[in-house]
Amino acid sequence: MMWQIFRDNFGLFMQGLGYTVGVSLLSLFFCLIIGTIFALLEINPKRWVRVIGKIYVEFFRNVPLLVITMFFYVVVPRLGVPLSGFAAGAIGLTIYTSAFIAETVRAGIQSVDPGQMEAARSNGLTYVQTMRFIILPQAIKIIVPPLGNQFINLVKNSSVLAFVAGFDLMYQGNLIASNTFETTTTYAIVGVLYLIITMPMSYAMTYLDHRWSGSVKEEE
Amino acid sequence: MRRLKKWLWLLPLLALSLLLTSCGSNSLAAESVLQRGKETNSITWGVKNDTRLFGLMDISDGEIKGFDIDIAKEVSRRVFGQNVKINFVPVTSQTRIPLLKNGNVDAIIATMTNTPDRRKVVDFSDTYFNAGQSILVKKGSKIKSVADLKAGTKVIGVQGSNSVQNIKKVAPDARVLQLSDYAQAFTALQSGQGDALTTDNGILYGMSADNPDYVVVGKTFTKEPYAIAVNKGQRDFLDQVNLALKSMRADGVYKQIEDKWFGNIAGFSDRSDK
Repeated sequence: MMWQIFRDNFGLFMQGLGYTVGVSLLSLFFCLIIGTIFALLEINPKRWVRVIGKIYVEFFRNVPLLVITMFFYVVVPRLGVPLSGFAAGAIGLTIYTSAFIAETVRAGIQSVDPGQMEAARSNGLTYVQTMRFIILPQAIKIIVPPLGNQFINLVKNSSVLAFVAGFDLMYQGNLIASNTFETTTTYAIVGVLYLIITMPMSYAMTYLDHRWSGSVKEEE
Repeated sequence: MRRLKKWLWLLPLLALSLLLTSCGSNSLAAESVLQRGKETNSITWGVKNDTRLFGLMDISDGEIKGFDIDIAKEVSRRVFGQNVKINFVPVTSQTRIPLLKNGNVDAIIATMTNTPDRRKVVDFSDTYFNAGQSILVKKGSKIKSVADLKAGTKVIGVQGSNSVQNIKKVAPDARVLQLSDYAQAFTALQSGQGDALTTDNGILYGMSADNPDYVVVGKTFTKEPYAIAVNKGQRDFLDQVNLALKSMRADGVYKQIEDKWFGNIAGFSDRSDK
């Protein structure tokens, strides 16, 4: 039964999988950049810069993803900027996830001993150089495991595209379920397809975590 | 222990397959609606709550109102008696059949077309309303009828509705965007996400009456006989429903309800059954 539903709708499932992976990668790329920028704003020595970072992070971390996405799907086009469902979903995901990534990166950077910054600065490195060559390389190892969680959440959250006709896995699942009337079977297949994306990520994170925590010990 | 750990990743899949096998039985849906209804003196209908004229939530008093609702009330009273307790559960085109099959609702009266595909999974009553599919566009749109939905145009529909299946046949080159319910679909049309919105004319006239900037264009291009859906094996209940529908038409109550909802809707007289 399950196999038959899968085979009959193979094209739609694969299209959905493609869009889900696509939007996840796209958002991943941009939210890493945006998230890191806002993390750096949040720890900037200047107070007003920190406030900007804090407002962004607190706002988008505490508004539901669906609200952000619907804003870009129905409100922004009325202001004269046409955005497809896929684009609205991708922007929503990027903004929402970047707020969480900013928090993760900020926590990672702040967990690096403040003495590192003082030492680097007193050796004549600029603030930016210190960040780039001293602080960030150390922070990355601390950041990666919690960042992995955000990536997995990102993939799962991409199902928000189903609400804005974004052609993702969940959207196709909805259509297949309502055409075949095999609701349970269809959503089970959708669940398995999401697992196929997220489980390898989950194990890759565990692997990296083990490896890197080992190498940190060696350095000590 | 080490070897066990190696296989730990299989656990989620195992849990999923357990979930699957446990979903086979739905005893509630198999119970006789007629018998249970008489015992508990109540019936639960699956209805639309986002569709003007047929079933729309009135925010001022929290009640769902519309043509489908009035028909459901009248049928319930004729089958179970004047004092029957009538419950309404909001459904969408996508959720109505699963909810019926799970036994969450006893019957569906939710702008639902009787189609051969659906007859494979549910039983339908006699037709209680003849609708036909049409398209809604912004006033002044260059799309004048379904024939103008060529390549490069986008049509908005609702997931699980019969109309998205039809539009793919009638306008195969247009891209179809499916949203989860009519409220969302209309919002998407207003935001310019699509060039036209397609569904049954009755629903479209409801939207147009609320928002005169949007108009129904072209003639209906399908016949959509609306019927009440019940689970398979509810023959006795279905017979009673058909009897109630017939007597409503005979004593003029049907006409009253029809006039109440559609009497003032301009353009509705060219419905396919008239």
